[in-house]
Amino acid sequence: MQYFVQQMVNGLTLGSIYGLIAIGYTMVYGIIGMINFAHGDIFMLGAFVALIVFLILTSLFYSVHVVLFLLVMMVVAMVMTSLYNWTIEKVAYRPLRGSFRLAPLITAIGMSIALSNFVQVTQGPRNKPIPPMVSTVYNVNGISISLKQIIIVVVTVSLLALFWYLVNKTSLGRAQRACEQDRKMAALLGIDVDRTISITFVMGAALAAVAGTLFLMYYGVVAFSDGFVPGVKAFTAAVLGGIGSLPGAMLGGLMIGFIESMWSAYFSIDYKDVAAFSILAIVLIFLPSGILGRPEVEKV
Amino acid sequence: MTAARALLDIKGVETYYGNIRALSGVDVAVNEGEIVALIGANGAGKSTLMMTIFGTPRARRGTITFAGTDITDLPTHEIARLRIAQSPEGRRIFPRMTVMENLQMGASLDNLKYYDEDVEKVFTLFPRLKERIAQRGGTLSGGEQQMLSIGRALMARPKLLLLDEPSLGLAPLIVKQIFDAIRELNRTQGLTVFLVEQNAFGALKLATRGYVMVNGVVTMSGTGKDLLANPEVRAAYLEGGRH
Repeated sequence: MQYFVQQMVNGLTLGSIYGLIAIGYTMVYGIIGMINFAHGDIFMLGAFVALIVFLILTSLFYSVHVVLFLLVMMVVAMVMTSLYNWTIEKVAYRPLRGSFRLAPLITAIGMSIALSNFVQVTQGPRNKPIPPMVSTVYNVNGISISLKQIIIVVVTVSLLALFWYLVNKTSLGRAQRACEQDRKMAALLGIDVDRTISITFVMGAALAAVAGTLFLMYYGVVAFSDGFVPGVKAFTAAVLGGIGSLPGAMLGGLMIGFIESMWSAYFSIDYKDVAAFSILAIVLIFLPSGILGRPEVEKV
Repeated sequence: MTAARALLDIKGVETYYGNIRALSGVDVAVNEGEIVALIGANGAGKSTLMMTIFGTPRARRGTITFAGTDITDLPTHEIARLRIAQSPEGRRIFPRMTVMENLQMGASLDNLKYYDEDVEKVFTLFPRLKERIAQRGGTLSGGEQQMLSIGRALMARPKLLLLDEPSLGLAPLIVKQIFDAIRELNRTQGLTVFLVEQNAFGALKLATRGYVMVNGVVTMSGTGKDLLANPEVRAAYLEGGRH
């Protein structure tokens, strides 16, 4: 039982990170119907920006409160990464908006390769480790919960709350949902659709950057290729939860996190990815539009 | 006909879908305070003209002027910001938003500044919407969606209201209700209305002036009364094809 709960805690941590990335996939899909395959690399870029900020901070200050450190890393990573994603949308995706459906998809794969190669060339191909930032571990009834895990869950929950508020209660969120449901009508009501799409990319990137920072803090290492696997997993999470659905993305992320940690705990760690993707396949057979997704055809 | 400068002035507009010409050389003027009806059969290009005013699709030739501003090449959302509102073909209610959110979307030009005041006016016109306030747009009946679509357009405080087939598929009683509402808005608030209708009789009775469109060309124009009395119009649109 203890072991099981321990794995739950680990799964929750992992799932939070996947969920944060998955939201970016699902939002962009919701608004322009395209899978932004470069999103995983946006996440990796966020982790790298955080790494660079961390190195600068540690060389400037001897010891500062670690929460402050993390906060600065996160904010800078969010700003820089958003800027990247904003630019990518503008130069690579927007000109293709009227084009056939596969064109932006192929471009996104190209952007993904371009981003990871860009980081490989400028930062080097090797793993970049950092000294552990947070090492406190609490022991609750024989279950060890690290402070890192608590930080990850707390940051994720508070970001989700903020995000939920933005999407559901502000005029910006309303405009985003309007564009998602009927872009032409939104424009007829005076909504600047291009701007709304840009903001969506910025929001997705900011969440991915937070995920990247948390990833760096949790594992203490990042490499240029680290965008791929978490990116694919987060994409899987978004599809599992129902692509286009925000709660679905988070739910999917948590499920993938749980499946992975449980599978590695009770079966073979080598097959944890196989397990995650098999469950995706099984769920999609019975629920083709994901767990919280809505069916494609809608009665209007 | 256009003694004063028209509020909306469409001159020689041609619109294409790909290589297919949908409108050719359309001249239409709507003066301030008028209700102007555009009638015509299915596929004549009436809705195309409505959307061309908003630049989707863009006019390939000709000019569209609104209140002295050339809007032919303005982005769609900037045209809307000049206070032209449209209840478009197919109503285009946001299906997964509540009635309230749909109305709020209509008021987004002023960032909901006059929302409370204006929403009461809409509810006075269409009390049914008040009962449905928390319901999702996609679950409303056709008539309710039509009311919501018009209400949403009114929330923008338009100088010009474009209505595309407000009577389409509705029960006669609701059609009457909607036409009464339009007349009321025009009389009490001086709202300028440009409407497209297949229901030629109702539309021409309501309108100050009317235009008849056939295959993307305006073939006739005149006051609502004259067109109603015109034998050609009667034969083609009013008497069920008795020639």
